[in-house]
Amino acid sequence: MLKTFKLGGVHPAENKLSASKAIEKLALPKSVFIPVAQHIGAPAQALVKKGDQVKVGQLLAKSGGFVSANIHSSVSGTVKKVDLAMDSSGYPKQGILIDVAGDEWEEGIDTSSTLIEKFEADSKKIIDKINAAGIVGLGGATFPTHVKLMPPQGMKAEMLLINGVECEPYLTSDHRVMLEKAPELLVGIRILMCALEVKKAYIGIENNKQDAIAHLKELTKADQSIQIVPLKVKYPQGGEKQLIKAVTGREVPSGALPIAVGAVVNNVGTALAVYEAVQKNKPLIERVVTITGKSVANPSNFLVRVGTPVQQLIDAAGGLPDDAGKIISGGPMMGKAIANTDIPVTKGTSGILIMQDKEAKREKVKTCIRCTRCVTVCPMGLEPYYLMTVSEKQIWENAEDHHIMDCIECGSCSYTCPADRPLLDYIRLGKGKVGNIIRSRKQ
Amino acid sequence: MSKLLTISPSPHVHTSDSVNKIMYRVILALVPALAWSVFMFGFEAIRVTLLAVAACMVFEFLIQKYIMKEVPQITDGSAALTGILLAFNVPASLPTWMIVVGALVAIGVGKLSFGGLGNNPFNPALVGRVFLLISFPVHMTSWPVTQHATVDALTTATPLALLKEGVNAGKPVSEILLDLPSNLEMLYGNMSGSLGEVSALLLLLGFAYMLWKNVITWHIPTFVLGTIFVFQGALWMLNPENFVEPIFHLLSGGAMLGAIYMATDMVTSPMTVRGQLIFGVGIGVLTVLIRNFGAYPEGISFAILIMNGFVPLINAYIKPKRFGGQK
Repeated sequence: MLKTFKLGGVHPAENKLSASKAIEKLALPKSVFIPVAQHIGAPAQALVKKGDQVKVGQLLAKSGGFVSANIHSSVSGTVKKVDLAMDSSGYPKQGILIDVAGDEWEEGIDTSSTLIEKFEADSKKIIDKINAAGIVGLGGATFPTHVKLMPPQGMKAEMLLINGVECEPYLTSDHRVMLEKAPELLVGIRILMCALEVKKAYIGIENNKQDAIAHLKELTKADQSIQIVPLKVKYPQGGEKQLIKAVTGREVPSGALPIAVGAVVNNVGTALAVYEAVQKNKPLIERVVTITGKSVANPSNFLVRVGTPVQQLIDAAGGLPDDAGKIISGGPMMGKAIANTDIPVTKGTSGILIMQDKEAKREKVKTCIRCTRCVTVCPMGLEPYYLMTVSEKQIWENAEDHHIMDCIECGSCSYTCPADRPLLDYIRLGKGKVGNIIRSRKQ
Repeated sequence: MSKLLTISPSPHVHTSDSVNKIMYRVILALVPALAWSVFMFGFEAIRVTLLAVAACMVFEFLIQKYIMKEVPQITDGSAALTGILLAFNVPASLPTWMIVVGALVAIGVGKLSFGGLGNNPFNPALVGRVFLLISFPVHMTSWPVTQHATVDALTTATPLALLKEGVNAGKPVSEILLDLPSNLEMLYGNMSGSLGEVSALLLLLGFAYMLWKNVITWHIPTFVLGTIFVFQGALWMLNPENFVEPIFHLLSGGAMLGAIYMATDMVTSPMTVRGQLIFGVGIGVLTVLIRNFGAYPEGISFAILIMNGFVPLINAYIKPKRFGGQK
């Protein structure tokens, strides 16, 4: 029996259209827009101004605090302006617009593909390098990685979990990284283990990626400290808490961080970025992005410079299909619908999904028939139907009593509702309100 | 870009399942049992079923349109399903006007007076059935002789009624059973009774279909039937001359129909598995109590309605097991 998490979960159609497409380098864009807030936490502070010449890998904006991350230039050229522009959130955000000229890299960055396995086993130095390189969680949550590597006082990591689950339908960027960059990935994992001072790492991979499981098992045959854990295909297994439960059986208590059960989780993309930062001196300026959709002519995986407009990715995959109705940054379960194709690829962009008109529309909302499916599929053991009702009626104390803040917004409830009820929409609203109430109480 | 894109929060994909599909799948699951009742009771079974379905749909349409001033929702299949279940719960010989009255009570009182689909606390078809049973006890307990019976009579009694009559007369169970159909006959459906309850086997076939299509889960039917089996089994072991063995109770009367199709009504059953356990055990216990010690030979309809009344309470107190919840 394959391991998986116990509570809830759904299995949407996988649609991994680009799974067999090798990672290609996307051509350099003419201009990039690099937002200064591409992570959870404080925005970075811009260091450049209009007219400045920048090189690839140059620091553009400095981390704005402990929970924040540096932003580097992904291209060489001239800073056109430092101004507001829309990012995938749909709001105007501050960022740096650069006109691209050539491809000149900062000195000291190793752009060769030579594998470097040896590294200096010094936790502090590694974390500093990761911090300097602006690395954040590449699974989509974009939490600054150096913060995760420094557990709060009195807590100790026992193991590193590498998230190779990629449970979102359509997305294949992590899958390709595991197939094509496995040696680098494994060095990255060893560096992370060293930074955390742990002896054991697990790579959780869903069973629909047999080739990746076999490949990594082969490469780690001689290494007892890294174990590959095949998992049953079930969404949202890539959720941090669900992954920990699936791999270790440990349950992160409500309101606590994974470190409470001795686990630190990092995505495979993040581990690769760590390898590049520590071994190659290369900051996080590019990432693998899946461009996909049922009507997309050529669903693919591209290595994309941060700040590249989504339009260029779409053109490279055969152009915007005529029946495009919705463009999603991320996967179909948790991704964000974007308003136009000028929006830049950022550190957290794991994929661009183009949905057909007919898939994009929501059905008419019907009354709840209390079929219990939302309760059954909720991976956090909540009662989505109830949370939606109290959020609709604005009874915030009941929402809090029923643990609305535990919701991980995986969308399994809305996905499964036969009455097409927008459960998560209301729960998100309630979470925002209840979160504000809790914060104001603490002040 | 000239094209307007849709913007909406995640998730952006949705299961292909819908309320309508659920309703029509339950109806489909009931078709084998319906076919069997046509075989057993002939044209009368068709008359009762069509009438009940039509009356339920017409009443739903009229009440929604002219009293509630809403857009009628009769195509969602729920009114048709209530009609079929109502028909399944009455004798095939029931007069036309009584069926219409039953349909009006089921839809008007049982369902729409609470606001319609999703809001009714009690199973509408059972509300209709119990109303008819209390108002017209003679008609509701005169069971037509099946087309294939060899006896020369117009009406007969159900195995449960014969059992109750015998026990009340002081006869030992072993003697009463000689005149009753065997368990095998009751399993495939050679007995009289309400239109849809006669063939346990075909009702189980529908159950298997609904499980396969994920319409319902196994929990409630298993809890109800399991409780009947265990509780009746205990009584039988205590005194086999006074109480019949438990398999008889599973196969007779409306046990299968009630456990599989009525107790599982989504709107009127609890939201969590632990809640469903309480609900199912309650129905089983009440059914056995009514059947053995009550005034009526059959009690599952009352048992389900009584437990329906507890559902809001169960939902308020029985919560799902929470991830990371402190124990």
